[in-house]
This record gives sequence, C-alpha cells and structure tokens, in this order.
Amino acid sequence: MALLQISEPGQSTAPHQHKLAAGIDLGTTNSLVASVRSGMAETIADKQGRDLLPSVVQFLAKDENGYQTIVGYEAQQNAVNDPTNTIVSAKRYMGRGLDDIKEHSVYDFVQDEDSMVPRIRTAAGDVSAVEVSAEILTALKQRASDYLGGDLTGVVITVPAYFDDAQRQATKDAAKLAGLNVLRLINEPTAAAVAYGLDSGNEGIHVIYDLGGGTFDISILKLTRGVFEVLSTAGDSSLGGDDLDQAVVNWIMSEAGITDPSATLQRQLHDKARAAKESLSEQERVQLAIDLGDANNWSSELTLEQFEKLIQPIIRKTIVPCRRALRDAGIDADEIEDVVMVGGSTRVPMVRRMVGEFFETEPLVDIDPDKVVAIGAARQADLLVGNKSDDEMLLLDVTPLSLGLETMGGLVEKVIHRNTTIPVARAQDFTTFKDGQTAMAIHVLQGERELVSDCRSLARFELRGIPPMVAGAARIRVTFQIDADGLLSVSAREETSGVESSIQVKPSYGLSDTEIETMLTDSFSHAKDDIEARKLREEQVEADRVAQAIQAALNEDGDKLLSAEEQQVIRQSIGELIEIAKTDNPRAIKQKIEDVDKVTAEFAQRRMDASINKALAGHSVDDITEGSK
Amino acid sequence: MAITLTDAAAKHVVQFIENRGKGEALRLGVKTNGCSGMAYVLEFADKVEDEDIVFEDKGVKVIVDPKSLVYIDGTELDYGREGLNEGFKFNNPNVKDSCGCGESFNV
Repeated sequence: MALLQISEPGQSTAPHQHKLAAGIDLGTTNSLVASVRSGMAETIADKQGRDLLPSVVQFLAKDENGYQTIVGYEAQQNAVNDPTNTIVSAKRYMGRGLDDIKEHSVYDFVQDEDSMVPRIRTAAGDVSAVEVSAEILTALKQRASDYLGGDLTGVVITVPAYFDDAQRQATKDAAKLAGLNVLRLINEPTAAAVAYGLDSGNEGIHVIYDLGGGTFDISILKLTRGVFEVLSTAGDSSLGGDDLDQAVVNWIMSEAGITDPSATLQRQLHDKARAAKESLSEQERVQLAIDLGDANNWSSELTLEQFEKLIQPIIRKTIVPCRRALRDAGIDADEIEDVVMVGGSTRVPMVRRMVGEFFETEPLVDIDPDKVVAIGAARQADLLVGNKSDDEMLLLDVTPLSLGLETMGGLVEKVIHRNTTIPVARAQDFTTFKDGQTAMAIHVLQGERELVSDCRSLARFELRGIPPMVAGAARIRVTFQIDADGLLSVSAREETSGVESSIQVKPSYGLSDTEIETMLTDSFSHAKDDIEARKLREEQVEADRVAQAIQAALNEDGDKLLSAEEQQVIRQSIGELIEIAKTDNPRAIKQKIEDVDKVTAEFAQRRMDASINKALAGHSVDDITEGSK
Repeated sequence: MAITLTDAAAKHVVQFIENRGKGEALRLGVKTNGCSGMAYVLEFADKVEDEDIVFEDKGVKVIVDPKSLVYIDGTELDYGREGLNEGFKFNNPNVKDSCGCGESFNV
C-alpha cells in the first residue's frame, strides 16, 4: 500500500493529490535535491546513498535513437578520458556570451549566426549550457520522484545572489527543458538562512559566507520575528573552490615541469588537486602522484603549510566583498550575531579561520555546508506548494545592481536602486524633449555609473503614438517591476492619451565576465568623475534645448518683432552658446545660458505681448467678459 | 481495541515531532473522500479536542476523533520503505477492500 507522510494539522491532502515539492541546489561543481517529509527537510541520496550529484554531463555519440547522456559520478570519472564531450562547471556559462567564455575553457565553443547562445561541440551535437544544466536537473528530478513516490508539483531552484537577469532566465529555461515547474528562484545565501534561521531562531544580523565550487557570495541578512530581510549582498561570480584546485594544479605543474598539458592530463591534474585539497582539511600532509604518460610518473608531498601559502591570496580576495557588504548594510562587525558557512570550500580550515578573524566571531558549521542551501530551498518549496497552513516565512531578496533608463545626453536615470528588496515596482514620470514629439525610445540599463556608456544595456523599446504637444507637456510614466525571481519588466504609458508599451527584459545572453563586479567597483572609483560628467551632460542638454527653442522662435517671429540688429545680437549669442556647449566646462555653459536668457528677455516679452494682442484682436470687451463668465 | 505503533513507526514519529519543535501528539483519522470511499488522515496535532480519544504506545501519544475510530480501531501504524521512497503504513483490520494504491479504503 501507499506510504504516507505526516501533514501539518488540517493539511492532509486527498489521495493522489499530494503536493510534492523539492528544493534544488544547482551548483557549479555539485548539485543536490532536498525535500520536506513529515516536517523534516532532508537531502535525497541516490541508490548508492550519495547526496551530491557532480554537475558533470557526458554526451555520448548520436545513434538512430538520438543521443544519450551520463550524469554525475560516472561522467566525472569519464571526464579524464573524454574531456571534450564531458561538460563540467556548465553553470559558469549560463546566460553568457561567446566572448566571455572562450579564454578560460577547454571546450570547443561554436556560435550560430542566428543564435545568441554559444554552444559546445560534442559527439552528440552542439549543446548549450542550458541544455547541460537541464540534463542535471532531469537526473535530480528523477531522483526526487523515486524518493517521494510521485511526480513533483513544483521546485525551488537556487541561484547565486549575483546572477543577473540573463543568468536567472537561463536557469529557468533549463528547468523548463527538464520538465520542472519552477515555483521560485531564490538566492543561495537566502536559502542557507532559511535552513538555519528556522532551526535556531536567533534574531539579529546574520552573515552568509558562501564559497562554493565556482562562485563566492556574501550576504548580510537581518532576522526579526521570523522575517528575513536581506540588507546587502556582494561577491565574486568567478571565485570558488575551483580556484583553490587551480592553485594546486599550478603548483604541481611548476614543480613537475609540465608546460603544455593535454586535455586528459589537465583533467587528471584537476582531480588530483581537488582530492589533495579535500584531504588537507583533515590531514597535515598529502601524497601526490601524477601519471605523465609514457611510463613517466611524478610524485611529491604537499603539506598543509605549503597549501595554505598557495590559497591564501584567493581566500583574501573574499574579504574585500565582505567589507563592502558590511558597508552597504551599514553594519559594524561587532553587531553580527553569527556567520553561516556555506559551500564545500568552507571545510578548508584556513577559510574558517580567516572568516572568523574578519567577522570576529566563530563561524557556524552545524549544517553540512554542502547541503544547507538545498535544505533551505526544500523548506521554501514546501511552503510555496502549500503544505504549510500559513505564511510562516516572508522572504525578501534584493536586486544586486541599480536599474534605470537613458535620458537626454546619454545619462542614466536610476529608477530602482541597488539593494532594493524585491519583488518591487517603482514608477517615475518623464516628459518629451521636443515640440510635437510623438515617440520616445526607452533604453533600460543596469549599473551604478552615471553615463549610459558605462552601464549595461538590458533592453530597448519604443513608446509610439504620443499626441503632439509642446516639449515638456506630455507625462510619460515608466514603471519598473521586478518579480520574486528577480526578473524585470518595464512599461511606459503616456498618461493623457493612455498609449502604452512594455517589455519583458529577457536580456540577450551576451554578458562580459565578472562585469557586475567590475561595474560595482568602477562606480566607487569613478564616483567623482561621474558626477562631473553628469553635470556637464546636463548643461549641454540644457544649452541644446535653449538654442533650439530660440532658433524656432526667431524663425517664427524674428522678422516681425525684431530689427535686423537685434536679430543679429541674438543669433551671435546662440552661436556662442553652441560653441561653449562643446567644451567640457559645465560652469561656463551655465553662465552662457544665463547670458542668452538676458539677451533674449526683451524678445520673449515682445512675443508674449504679440500673442496676447493676437488673441484679443477683433473681440469687444463684452466678448471677453462674456467668455470669462 | 486500541491504536498501536510498530517500533519503526514510533521511532520516526518521535524524531519528526522533535524536529518540528512543537506539538506532542499524532492525529490519526479518516476523511470521506478518495477513490474507494475513505482516506486516511495522518497529521501532527497541536491540541486535543474534548471529544478526542487519546492512546499512548511506545512513548507516542496518538489521538483519534470518535467518528474516525470506528473505521480504524485496532490499526497498527507501521513505517516502511519501498525503493527510495519511505513512509507510514496503516495496518487496519477493518478494511474490506482498498484501491490499488492503498490510499483509500472501504469497511
């Protein structure tokens, strides 16, 4: 007979209607799936009792039945002998363009003319990172269904806090391909906080230090009466345990005099390096033996001391984002309640030591750092699928970078500032720049800098059909909305006519590597330049607007209202303004605009008188008083 | 008659209740739906209603409402594993027939 689980009071489901939910930690190196059963969140092991599923997919040659894949441990082993068809760390390529990938990859990437998505050439054909991830998700889905005894109603998948829209969308695409219903994407550190926060219930400031295989994230969370608020996030999307392995690989290569390793040897070096790193979490020294081929062997000993010397610069790199996250959150180190360690790399004793020293507190390691994210995701999934009676947890996430749009002069107007909690909707009113303007281009940007050229372009669309009006009269409301998954939609609406246009930001998969990190640091180092640049552009835009308006007025009324000499004075003054606007001195431009204002004051006065006369001409006093009744 | 638990079931119930951190009893019952007449209810219990009947076996408090008890009196709650899946089973002497999946039954 069927096997039953204990439900929350009043939440028993009808037969065959069990709401099965799972949390998936789709990691760079390893992935896990967890589920809540009878109120207990546990990771789900495979038939051999292994919780981790290495995020490795081997593609086998195509035959008449299509292609086959091997996922997990077996694929990891085969990677040594079949490195180009066996894809590891595919998560690093999710939502990325070809330019960002090539330099640090052993794979043969190709890109079709009509597709933005780079693909890896394998024996099974060309596959994208999304397809590779879908294979991993399919394996986890199968494991969860076997364990729970039915099809999954929905899943929560975790992503690094630093994943941008393109990367989140790629993750959703992979889930769709695997036939999974994604209830929500949540940030990995937030999931870790869920796993810990509920179990221990300590109120206060919590730091989540997540050093995984391929990504580093630091998050500062505040827990108040069971509610998590993310105060700030920072990190490095290309830093992790892989780099520790690489440090060891580099050491072996220099010690053994290896200069140009084959793909097979590279895999072997990586596997040996990783094994050595793991051993050194428990031992003082480890023996290394490398098979160089042709009966050529190299062996040596790596001590903990040497190892720590190799990895220290890498671990130190994690401290910089820690400092920034603290500053963004406005928190001092002594206000921190505890530090939660997440990710297999936090097993390295030196990581625990340095993090403990920086935050002046002993890091928490109660829950297996490999499983903690999946467990938190499982709890969220259980909640979202409706197995809990009431909203026990309200999860707030933040947007990692500011979002805004382009205004005249190539400036960025930020609509949603970075570290705003999501989901969120913000609206801002804009107007037209020219008389009779009937369309407006909306250019959506992401980044901290003031100029469009320094931010990342996410999308462009146009609002058409604005009724012709004088410049500045139209009221265009632009609304930015970020849903719970961190995906952005932007809409624009002209308020008087009601014309509307909108876009779902599903950005092109063409992002430069570590761009977010660079964008952030740049915004700090260029803060002063940016303000100057913004001032200059603003004055230039204003000068341009003034010159155009006066030019239009001259064309219309110049001959009627002004003598030739007067016209000459104004023309000359505009000419000077246009010249000065080309310089890079905002103060001089501003001064000149004021001068032009003075020179044209009389002209403006006469125009106004003339138009009043025109309006009154041919009417008797009675008409006018009549009309005003 | 009474409701009893196997050792495996008792061990898991104690573990699950401890993990949940609140509530101290297990509620067993039946609901009148399902493909074959009635379906089992298996829930954590936060409070005992006046009319509830309370059993205790192997350190586990089990509560049943009187209407349900008619259909499940004498049941032994077991815990078992089928492949990767594991969970609770009702060994109910009152059952005449059940649907293929065993989630609902008739008396």
